[in-house]
Amino acid sequence: MKKTIKQVVVYGLLSLGAITMLLPFFWMISTAFKTGFESLQTPVTWWPKHLVWENWVNAWYAAPFLRYLINSVIVAAVTTVGQIFTAILAAFAFSKLNFAGKNLLFTILLATMMVPVEMLIIPNFVTLSQFHLINTYGALILPWLGSFFAVFTLRQSFNTIPDQLYYAARIDGASDWQFLWSVLVPNAKSSITAIGLLQVIGSWNSFMWPLIVTNSETMRTLPVGLQAFSTDSGINYPELMAASTFVILPMALLYICFNKYVVAGISNNGLKG
Amino acid sequence: MMNNHKPTLKESLKGWLYVLPLLLIIGVFNLYPIVSSFAMSFFTEYNFFTNEVGALGLNNFTTIFSDPTFHDALENTLIFVVGVVPVEVILSLLIATLLNQIKWLSNLFRTIYFLPFVTSVVAISMVWRWIYNKDAGLLNVLLGWIGINPIDWLNDPHYALLALIILAIWKGLGFNIMLFLVALNNVDQRIYDAAHLDGAKPLQQWWHITVPMISPMTFLVTVNAVIASFKVFDEVYALYGGQPGPAGSAMTLVYYLYRAFYEQNKYGQAAATGVVLFILILLVTLVQMWFSKKHVHY
Repeated sequence: MKKTIKQVVVYGLLSLGAITMLLPFFWMISTAFKTGFESLQTPVTWWPKHLVWENWVNAWYAAPFLRYLINSVIVAAVTTVGQIFTAILAAFAFSKLNFAGKNLLFTILLATMMVPVEMLIIPNFVTLSQFHLINTYGALILPWLGSFFAVFTLRQSFNTIPDQLYYAARIDGASDWQFLWSVLVPNAKSSITAIGLLQVIGSWNSFMWPLIVTNSETMRTLPVGLQAFSTDSGINYPELMAASTFVILPMALLYICFNKYVVAGISNNGLKG
Repeated sequence: MMNNHKPTLKESLKGWLYVLPLLLIIGVFNLYPIVSSFAMSFFTEYNFFTNEVGALGLNNFTTIFSDPTFHDALENTLIFVVGVVPVEVILSLLIATLLNQIKWLSNLFRTIYFLPFVTSVVAISMVWRWIYNKDAGLLNVLLGWIGINPIDWLNDPHYALLALIILAIWKGLGFNIMLFLVALNNVDQRIYDAAHLDGAKPLQQWWHITVPMISPMTFLVTVNAVIASFKVFDEVYALYGGQPGPAGSAMTLVYYLYRAFYEQNKYGQAAATGVVLFILILLVTLVQMWFSKKHVHY
């Protein structure tokens, strides 16, 4: 009996919390289906009286959201693939190779993780303007192609393969390159997936950097485009909520499909610097 | 074995070759800018187009420290940190404890609590902007149920920071819950069994076993939340439509940096603000290192 009461209380509290977490999402979607008039009416309606599908179409065409979407996909994809590639090579060197200055370099790179990226924005902007890369994919992507967080995580994963196996493979005539791609990488598949997913999410949602380095509509990513849409268009809440859904939905779906990896990525590797 | 010998030139060359792509990127976009932004904070006459430095000095620092807006930014950022971190840490520990008690629907709940973490700050801030609407916003409707008069969340300077704090707590809970769940999972079940045999009540067990056992994680979560809160920017920008709150009431440190850099082209002052941010974060990190050496036992 006492146990049942306890269960009821636990589930009750958790449900209350879950409702609080979901309410903004529910309100977003519910509003996106209302007419502008209904959205401002009091008392508020929880469910739209009629589903106004036009809001979605209007929002989509009110700003070049297709272009924003394409930009976001390109930036997230290239950043993630590039970052994983540089991380795989470096993690291999730190895990299995022996070279002069290795420990010093590792320590320096580890220390850079502490520096807030906000501080690096100004010099990076200057550098990229000198290369005439402002308002290009280059500016959106290049600075994020190297992540020591990814290296650190992958190195841990590569370390689980015993060094003896590496030396044996070398004696059997396998090159470093072959060993890396045919033994280490396949073995680290789940950490690579986790790092990749976290990076896709981070890149998709990032705002300050793309806000600063883009100055034309055609180069905006989704969050920057959404922000511009919200100030340019005057506020029509149903359309703004529909537009917000465009930005949120892809990552929400990605997370729901791969939630095991996302959670593992965060739990196993502690914190993202 | 072989890893301990002194590397030959050929081995060193190979090692550096594998690190090279990473090093190129990190060198240009992390290492160089660290040095450069410290230097830039001392440039008092700087032409960014030609990268020429006219004069050096402490002017940027004296200018920002005598700017009342900078004081506001610093103060607001500290209020924000103090408002967000304790509530976030305590709430996420409580929720994680509850989540750890259940099996049925456990995954569903975890997925729901974690959803805000994967959500774009800008997009969800738009939603909160709507929730905070004075006349038809959801929050005022809910508050109306318990007899609270409508609050003009986004236009009343007294509520600007509170609105920001509520949003940040809601957004940040999931990540911390996830970390606490890892820590709770690592506590040895036998300790609870022993305590149970000794007659300890669940609440006593929680307070006398769980809380001390997971203290390293509590500490880590706190430090991480403090550092993340120092950097608050996206929420401010999106919630107030590219303004630092009504009458500048939600001006934060990073917003100040952004404004000095991007809107006012005062690169030196922006860099000096960056250095202040860096020092604040460095202090937190040093406290963390000192504290974990002294108090936290793994």
